[in-house]
Parts: sequence; structure tokens; C-alpha cells
Amino acid sequence: MSKPEIEAGDSVHPGNPVIVDRYTVAARINHWVTAISLVLLALSGLALFSPALYFLTGLFGGGQLTRIIHPWIGVVLFLSFMGLFFRFFRLNLWERTDSVWMARLRAVLAGDENKLPEVGKYNAGQKMVFWSMSLLILVLITSGIVIWDQYFGPYFTIEQKRIAVLIHSVTAIVAICVWIVHVYAAIWVRGTIGAMTRGQVTGGWAWRHHRKWLRDLVTTGKH
Amino acid sequence: MFTPVPNPTTKPVPAKFGEQDLIRRSASSITPPAKRQTEVAKLIDVSKCIGCKACQVACLEWNNLTEDVGVNTGVYDNPHDLTENTWTLMRYTEYENAESGNLEWLIRKDGCMHCEDPGCLKACPAPGAIVQYSNGIVDFVHDKCIGCGYCIKGCPFNIPRISKADSKAYKCTLCVDRVAVGQGPACQKACPTQAIVFGTKDEMKQWADHRIKDLKSRGFKNAGLYDPPGVGGTHVMYVLQHADKPQIYASLPNNPSISPIVELWKGATKYAGLAAIGAFAAIGFLHQIVVGPNRVSREDEENAERLTEGKSP
Amino acid sequence: MTNSWTDIKNADVVWIMGGNAAEAHPCGFKWVTEAKAERGAKLMVVDPRFNRSAAMADHYAPIRSGSDIAFLSAIVNYLVSNDKIHKEYVRHYTNAAFIVKDEFGFDEGLFTGYDESKRSYDRSSWEYKFGPDGFAIRDMTLEDPRCVFQLMKKHFAQYTPELVERICGTPKDKFLKVAEWVASTANGERAMTIMYALGWTQHTHGAQNIRTAAMIQLLCGNIGIPGGGVNALRGHSNVQGITDVGTLTAAIPGYLALPTEREPTLESHLAKRTFKPLTPNQTSYWQNYRKFYVSFLKTQFGANATPDNEFGYNYLPKLDGIYDCIKMFDLMHQGKTNGLLCQGFNPLMAIPNSNKSREALSKLKFLVSMDPIETDTVRFWENFGEFNNVDPAKIQTEVFMLPVTSFAEEEGSVTNSSRCIQWKWKAADPYFESRTDIEILSDLFVRMRKMYEKDGGKGKDAILAVNWSYKDPLHPSVEELLTELNGSALSDLKNADGKVVRAAGQRLASFAEMRDDGSTNGSMWIYTGVYGPNGNFAQRRDNADPSGLGVFPGWGFSWPANRRIQYNRASADPSGKPWSEAKKYMYWNGERWTGPDVPDYIPTIPPERAVGPFIMNAEGVSRLWVRGLMADGPFPVHMEPFESPVPNLVFPKLKGNPVARAFKYDLEALGTSKDFPIVGTTYRLTEHFHYWTKSVHANAVMQPEFFVEMSEQLAKEKGIRHGQMVRIWSKRGEVKGKAVVTKRLKPFMVDGKTVHEVGLPLNFGFIGETKKASPINGLTSAIGDSNSQTPEFKAFLVNIEPIAGPAA
Repeated sequence: MSKPEIEAGDSVHPGNPVIVDRYTVAARINHWVTAISLVLLALSGLALFSPALYFLTGLFGGGQLTRIIHPWIGVVLFLSFMGLFFRFFRLNLWERTDSVWMARLRAVLAGDENKLPEVGKYNAGQKMVFWSMSLLILVLITSGIVIWDQYFGPYFTIEQKRIAVLIHSVTAIVAICVWIVHVYAAIWVRGTIGAMTRGQVTGGWAWRHHRKWLRDLVTTGKH
Repeated sequence: MFTPVPNPTTKPVPAKFGEQDLIRRSASSITPPAKRQTEVAKLIDVSKCIGCKACQVACLEWNNLTEDVGVNTGVYDNPHDLTENTWTLMRYTEYENAESGNLEWLIRKDGCMHCEDPGCLKACPAPGAIVQYSNGIVDFVHDKCIGCGYCIKGCPFNIPRISKADSKAYKCTLCVDRVAVGQGPACQKACPTQAIVFGTKDEMKQWADHRIKDLKSRGFKNAGLYDPPGVGGTHVMYVLQHADKPQIYASLPNNPSISPIVELWKGATKYAGLAAIGAFAAIGFLHQIVVGPNRVSREDEENAERLTEGKSP
Repeated sequence: MTNSWTDIKNADVVWIMGGNAAEAHPCGFKWVTEAKAERGAKLMVVDPRFNRSAAMADHYAPIRSGSDIAFLSAIVNYLVSNDKIHKEYVRHYTNAAFIVKDEFGFDEGLFTGYDESKRSYDRSSWEYKFGPDGFAIRDMTLEDPRCVFQLMKKHFAQYTPELVERICGTPKDKFLKVAEWVASTANGERAMTIMYALGWTQHTHGAQNIRTAAMIQLLCGNIGIPGGGVNALRGHSNVQGITDVGTLTAAIPGYLALPTEREPTLESHLAKRTFKPLTPNQTSYWQNYRKFYVSFLKTQFGANATPDNEFGYNYLPKLDGIYDCIKMFDLMHQGKTNGLLCQGFNPLMAIPNSNKSREALSKLKFLVSMDPIETDTVRFWENFGEFNNVDPAKIQTEVFMLPVTSFAEEEGSVTNSSRCIQWKWKAADPYFESRTDIEILSDLFVRMRKMYEKDGGKGKDAILAVNWSYKDPLHPSVEELLTELNGSALSDLKNADGKVVRAAGQRLASFAEMRDDGSTNGSMWIYTGVYGPNGNFAQRRDNADPSGLGVFPGWGFSWPANRRIQYNRASADPSGKPWSEAKKYMYWNGERWTGPDVPDYIPTIPPERAVGPFIMNAEGVSRLWVRGLMADGPFPVHMEPFESPVPNLVFPKLKGNPVARAFKYDLEALGTSKDFPIVGTTYRLTEHFHYWTKSVHANAVMQPEFFVEMSEQLAKEKGIRHGQMVRIWSKRGEVKGKAVVTKRLKPFMVDGKTVHEVGLPLNFGFIGETKKASPINGLTSAIGDSNSQTPEFKAFLVNIEPIAGPAA
């Protein structure tokens, strides 16, 4: 048997129902800082991306402020995501069973989890969100710096900036799409949001969606 | 001599064009006016330019700009580049003409070209921050500018500059305020040798022909007009002794057009991107309707309880 | 200018040499671009640097600074030896036919009469041969070996294109192209204008540079015709006016002379200047000198000028020499001067050898500056580090600054290079306590006169005799002053029939109305007519040009007599017909001289009378050989600058101009080519106006910092990088500036030796908005031209080295 797939703070509280600690306070704060940053970035970014959404600059106090704030939120997001990354990356490493899981995507979408291999703390979909966000955010911060004229204007050529702004836009769109998947999954899989609010899920939730993780918690005696 | 515009009277003159004459407005769609105003143009005859910088000073004075006193870096170009306060700049090139064996001191007045298809306007995300009048003048509206610098990326000529003081983009306005009351731009007014002339675009093309004939008679067989079709033509044009080699004039682009990257960014990406976002949201919504929520069952909870109690689930 | 700015558009060839019109006269240069664009004119530029004018030129030829006479003489030789001259013009309108005295000779670069101990010539042999009738002898075939033409041919024969290449470093083919283009205008069908400025004057042989150019124009028949002329481009908006009003120390207004010690009486003064005709029938207009002089005295001394006291001639100072500013500073340096009043003058920057100037100023008791801006001179006593390194504790000179209105804050006239007097109106109120120059000087005069009245003193009579009858003695109006310059009838002026032609009190319409009996006044005859009975013509702004030749007769007033092209009678042949339809200008219509301009001639004299077109000259014709009128010879001679990288190839014995004005101090401050192998030359930049606009922010932005221009070859030789700080020093001082390494300067190959030249813009100093710099005139020498005393700013020797440190 592979080494237990649990993170610091994960634990099981027997009872009726069983309660499982999934995320620590720190992890939750970290997540929500990231989440809020990402939402703000999406809103301000989209405002500058499409004239149709320019009205969103109103949320930030106008065009100039939107332009000023957006990159700074980007910095916050980047740093905050770095926290999440180091917190979560170990259990997000890809495993063979993840490929099986992915191959049975139809069952995933149908919610037919009996047809899927038992999943650790993160399923393959969550891992893909994790890794794609990691990559996208890296690209966004890099390209973002190239077009952050106020501080970095003189260091790049206009041609580099043109390429950067295109990459930044495309990447941001992909990131937003990934974000939609992430949010939708949290809503669709009922009982999930509690993990990021209270930090806890029910034992049934863990049994249904992350059975291997639950087993590991029980086995290692994390009570 | 190209007949100069007479001096204005001291009486107020109503503006000849305004808001109602816009044919393009950044980040917004507008209904262009039924009738386009006569297109205007400034013609810069490099072969007549003595590089005196009177145009630079006139630009500072008319537009009430103050530039910093810099240093000499071994060239006559001062300031060294366009800035938010220097909207026009003489750029000096020492060109050794291999064909004739002569040295040529090419002096090009750099500044906004007022493209018919303005890349700055195309790139600008702020509605109404960049406008184009039907006479061809492209102007920045500073109270709408957000200082994002997209115009710089859109411009094929590297003209706009962001002010360090107010973070807004600045460039030559073609003295839109002077032109509106029937005067030519300040630089043209100050030019002692008529290296800068101003009039309708047709007049300027004719005048350029006249000048090109003269240059050809002096052995400049490639003399020609610089009115690059890649940006739909410009409302600032050059007469060049070597129109086949614009790049020798301090890197004047050979065949400028809005960068394909900018076109892609402001075209397909914008639409495809929003569509993708919409599609993802819609798919989620449909999935919710079709599949319904993925709920934890009573059985799942019991299985979990059994597992924690050490029983087999 | 013999012609006018607007006339340049009529030229077929424009030759710029000894000037850089595009740089220093951008507004006037528009007429060059007009001639090129609308007429197909060719522009050629001869200059040590490929300058802004050269950038516009069809042909550029390089020349080593200070070798212009050799170049120009070779053009003379080319024209004469290839028979490319306008023969009829030369025969009838120049003194080519005049026979020169047998005693006159030339040997080894020196003319007869040279006295080495006095550094001057006895010019008595420089004269024509006269016949028994008292008139000069002529040979109209131009074949007499002693006629001017033959002497000229011989004198210039050695100036070949090969010699030009050896002396000037001008490649032969480039020289020949210039010569060919010049020759293309020697026919009356085409015209060439020569535009020059201080590149010709600021040499120890400057006047001879211009004379040689004048000879070329005469040989081509280019004087007096549209698009022709020898055109001096004046360097200030009103420097023509300041010359006209006679601010030179030996002159009074209108190019009349101040008396010298050897002229104790009015008659003795007039006798030397009231030239009688040298050939029959000539006008010799200076015969009227007496009328102009007496009218001047009547203005100057009013009722105190009477026939009995020679119209106050005795009140005028009698000169023992000339007191130009270089002489003044030399005297000051010797401690012989108490005070200096600088009116719009920044001598620490403007005159040569700034270290000498600084020492001289330190010896003054007081220094007064009347100026709209703070000059470098008024702060000469202050330590500005390396830029003005003095010890203020050791300088006792008291400095007063009197703020003066700027040009835009006062009303008055300015006279441009075209001799056109134009009015300007006040545009703004003066700043704070500033007053006009007129007010300050009037106040000063009135106070001084009171002191003389009370205390007496040297020259009391003259001071008290001065006519100061302005309505308000402290505020003479500009109209009153212009009236004085113009002149008025003091009593009814009657013609020969006794008819009153000008009533007492009326202003004169023309200097022809001036009288020598004290019945007219007018302090500047050449301006008479500008403010005549019909009003102030300087205020005229009619830009109609009926002839299309750029005459603009109703715009301002061009002296003399509103004439736009001088010597314009020469635009017609001896029979009064235009030389060609293309150059038709003034001609005889059977009754009188007519055309678009005011004839430079008595309008009713028919051609048959054979009165020459150069009516100011006693010969009636122009002079290819100038008798004793120039201090350094009737013909030009190739002379090297006093500091030259090479010896005189043609006349090895000549070291500089043998009669140049040189003070002991300055002769001792000369460097040699061994220590200073590089030629330096100074000039101004179009972005600046002298030393003024360095105090103007926008101008400072356009050219912020002193620099030195040099060739890529010199930079490489000295290890100088583009934009690097360099030190330039001469025997007299040093300056530091940025290196502008350029293709526009190339080393000269002078008789097998590589000679480098560096260009040094003069506009920078230690006061103002630009980066601080030492005055460029720290490098230059004060030795001056023998005729004009103008110092040799344009050719001197320096050395150069890089200063360690990063390039900017």
C-alpha cells in the first residue's frame, strides 16, 4: 500500500454523522484570499479586455483605478496561490489511478462514482484544476509584468509587450474557464462547500468522493 | 510656395468640426456622420527640412508643455525620444549614399501619423478615450484615458507616451484646436522652409508630386510620398528622397500596419474568449439540469460510520 | 546684403560659403528652398563641416577653416583663364580697364610699401595712372599689361585646382564642380547669389575673403541683378540697424566717419571724403558727403551748429585710433580703464580670450550692465568652479545691473539684412522695474549734463552743446528719434527756380533734399525717407509684389531710398537694355530708368552719357582692384590664420596677415601646430541665439549642453567615444564638453598631411538653463582683421583628449 494520502490537519471524528476535517483555518483563509483575488482580477481584467464589459471598471472606481489595482491584485493572487501550491502540491501529484479516473470521465459526469477507482484526497479533476491554475497563474504573472508599464515599461520592447498582452488575455480566459469548472464542481458535488467554509465534510461525503483518503485517515488513526 | 493659411482674426471663430464628426471612437460603436469632412493632411518634406527644431518649440508653446532640460549624448536629437511633453521630435540620420558617394543628413520630424486605420484606437479599451474625426485627425481624450498603454501597443509607429505625472497617454493632436478654426498646426506655422505644409489630403498629395518631380530632377530617382497603405494611408505624410528605403530615416517602418498580434488580440481573441467563458458557464448549467446534484446518500454516511468504528462497511 | 532676402528666390545658383544660413538664418533660408523648389536652383555649400545648409545642398565641398582666399582666388583664376566671365559687364562696369601706377608691385605675398616695423603698408603706390586731364587712364581692350584685368590675370594664375586641394584640403573634383556652377552664371542669363556670414568675416583676413567673393560676382556680372549679389547675413535681427547707426567707434550714423586727430577742421575732414569723379561724367555720389555731414551736425548740435562754428565740428571727438571692443579690453587689461557700460553685451562670452577678459574686468572700478537677462559677464567675479574659476575676494569691481525691457516690451524699428527697416509694436508690458534703453540712457545723459553744468569738466562744451530738445528729455519718443534719423527742413527749401519744395518743419522725403548750408538736419542720410512727409514707412505692411520678383516695394522701407537691389542699374547693359529677358529688372525706357525697383541711379540720365552704374564709387564702376581702400592690399592674397596647422604654401614668408591688428599680449598667446595640431572653429547653433537663449527653457531643451563635433577618424585616433566628455585646450584656455562623433566632419589632406578640425558651438556658458560650460572664447585669439578688427574666431589651434568616465 502506498503512503497515506493525507495532509496536515486532516482528521476524522467518529460519530453520527462522522465529521472529517478537510482544510485547516490557514488553508481556508489562503484559499479565500486567492479566490477573491481571482474574482477581482477576472472582473477588472474583463473590463479592460472587452468594451462590452468596460462598465465593470465602475466596481473599482473607474478606468484609471482599475488599471492601477489590477496588477497589484495579481501580485496578491500570485503570492497567495504560492501558499496554496506548497500546501497542496504533494497530494496533487499524478498517480496511475488518476488516469483510470480520467478515462471514465463519462461516469464522473454522471455522478456514477461506483464505477471509478477509489480516490485519495484529490481526484484527477481537482488535480487538473490545481496544475492548470498553477501553470496559468505563472504565465499570467510573467506576461502581466511585461505589460505592467508603470514599473516595467522600459525593460521590454513594444513587440514583446504585444505578445505578452495577447498571451495574458488568452491565459486569463483559460483561467476563468478553469475557475468556472472548479466552482461548478464545488456546487454540483453537494456538501463540498463546507470544506472551504467550516473546513469539514461529512464522513459520507468523504466515503462517496474520496474513499481512499477516508480509509487512510482511519488507518493512520487520525482522530 | 504653398500658399500659407492667412492669420486668424482676433474674433472668435466657431469650430468647423466636433463630436458629431467622429467616425471612430475607441471601445464603442458609433454611427458615423452621413457626410465625411474633407480629409486634411500634414506633409513633411524631409528634403526641405533643415532640422531647426522650430516645430518642436512651437509644439511646446502652443500646447503649453514643459519638457525637461536633458543632456547631450553625442547627437543633435534633443530630447532623445518622444515623451508625454515632446509630441514631435527631429530625428537625425547620417546616411552615406553608396550610389552617389555623398553623405546625406536626413532629418525626419517624428510624431503621430494620424493613420486612417489607427492602431491606437483599435487597441484602446476605454470608451471614447481615442477618437477619429471624419477629417482624419486622431485625438486622445484625456479625461477618458485610463493610462493602460494599450495605444502604445496598437501603434505601428511607436508614438504615444504615458505621462509619469498623470498616467495618461499623450501624442500629437495635429493641433485639432487650431485646425477646427481654420488654422494649420503650430509646427507647420513655425516651419521656416515650408518643410511642413498643411491642407487637404488631396492638395498635399498634389504638392508632394510637385516636390517629387524636383527631387527626381536632382537625381533622387526613388523620391516619393510616404502614405503607407498598410494603415489605410496617413494624415501626416512624408516626402522622402529615398521612398524605397523608409527605414533609413531613423527607422521609419517600411510597410507599417497594425501588428497582427494586436489584430488577433483585439479581434478573434476578444470574441472567442468571451464565447468560451459563456460556453463553460452554459455547460455547467446544462449539466446541472440534466444530471442534477451529486448528493451524499444515507448509505454513504453509514458506510463512513462503519469504517470509523472499525467495522467493515 | 546687396540684394534682399526675398530676392534669393530669383537665383539660379545659390552659393553658401563662410556661413551656414540654414543653421543661423533659418527664416531667411526659406528663400533658398524657394529658389530650389520653384526655380530649380542649385545649392552649393563650401564649409569645413557638412552642416545643416549642406544637408540641403546639391553639392557640398569641404574646406579647411581659414583657407577661403585660396579657394576663392582659384575660382577667379578658373573664370579668367577659361574665359568664363561676363565680358561686357567686366569691361564696362568694373575697373578692369583702368591702368595702375607703375610703382605698384607685388612680390612674395607683399605689395609695395610694406613696413615691417609698423606692420602696415604705405599705400601711396596703390593708385591708378592719371592722364593730363586729371582722369584715370583706361584701356577698354583690357590688353594693356598694366591694366587691372591683366594684373588680375597674372596675380591669380598660380591658384590652380591642384593648389586648392593642397591648401584647402578640398578634393579637386569637388572644387571644379563649384567652379563650373559659378561659371554657369557668367552670362547675364542666369544669376548666382553668394550668402556668407561670420565664417568669412571672423578671420584675420576676413575683409579680403569677402572682397574675393565680390570679385567673382563682378566677373560673372552678378551684382545688381535679381538673384545675384554678395549677401551678408546679419546675425541679429537688428545688427544691420546697429551698424547703420554707426556704433563702431570710428563712425557716425550712415557710414560717415568720425574725425581723426589729423582733421582739425571740417574742411580738412571733408576734403578726404568728398570724392571727385575719376573718369568723366561720373556721379561719384560721395560728393554729397558734405550735405550729409552738415545735416548730421545740425541734428547733433541743433541751434549750436552754425556756419560760423563749422556746424559744431569742433565738438566732435577727434580720434587718435580706433577703440573697438578688443582694444578696449586690451586697455582695460593694462589697467587703463575705470568703468565699462555693457548695453546688451556679454563680453565675457562674446569676445576672444575669456581669461584675458576676466582679468580685464577684474581691474575695473565699476561695471554696468543694461540687459533684459542676467549675463555671464555680470557674474564674472563669482566662482563657478571650473567654469569660472576666480577668487571673489580678490576682485573689487562693483557691478550694477540695470534691467532693460526686451524687444517685445518696447516699440521701435529693426533693420534686417535686406536693409529693410521694419516697425515693431509693443507686445507686452515691461517686467517690474525694467526700463527701455532710451529711458536709461536719457536719464544718464540728463544727469551727467547737470553735473557738467554745475561742476564743469573735460568736454563740457560739447556735452552742453548737444541738442536734446525732446518734449520730455527723460523720455524721448521713438517717433522723435526716427524723425531725427530721417531729417527735416529747418527752413523753407527752394529749388533753383525759387519754388519752395519742402516747407520749414517738414520731414524730408529723400536724402537728395539734404543741404550743406544748415537748412536741413537728419542724423542718418541713408534712412532719409523712412519717416518722410507721408508718414512712417517702416510701418508699411503691403505684401503685394506686382513684379513677382520678391521686391515688395510697399513693405517697410529699405535704405537707401527704398531700394531693394543695390547697383540695379547694372541689370541693364550699357545701352540700357536688360542683359536678358530672364534677368530683366531696371532698364531705360527711352525717357527714364524704370522697373520694379527704385533705380540706383539718377533716373533721368540716359545711357548715352555712359555714367557708370556704381554711383557711389568715384570710378563710376566697381573695383576688381581697390587702390588704397583696404589695409592689406588691392588684391587678395592667400594668408594662413595666425594659428595654422600648416605653413603658407604659396608665400612661405607670410605668417598670418602681415598687417593684422595684433596686440603684444595676444601675439604672445599664440600656440604652435606642434602642441596644438587640431584646427578649431566656433559657430552658433540654430537652437540658440548667441548667449541669450541659454536662459530660455525651451531653447535649453532643444540643445542642453556644450559639445564638440569631430570626425570618426579623430575620435578613433584619440580614443574618444561617442557622447564622452572631452577636454579641449588651446594656448589660451580650456573647455570641456561632450563628444559628438560624426561623419559630417572628415579629416583634411593638406599637402600630404592629415589635418583634423573640430567644431565648437559657442552658445553655452555658466549662467542660464543649459548645463554649465566654460565660455568657448576661452580658446580663441584676439588678433583681428586688418580692416575690420574682427577677431579670428573661425580658425585657431587646439588639442583634445578624452576625460575618463562613462559615456553619457
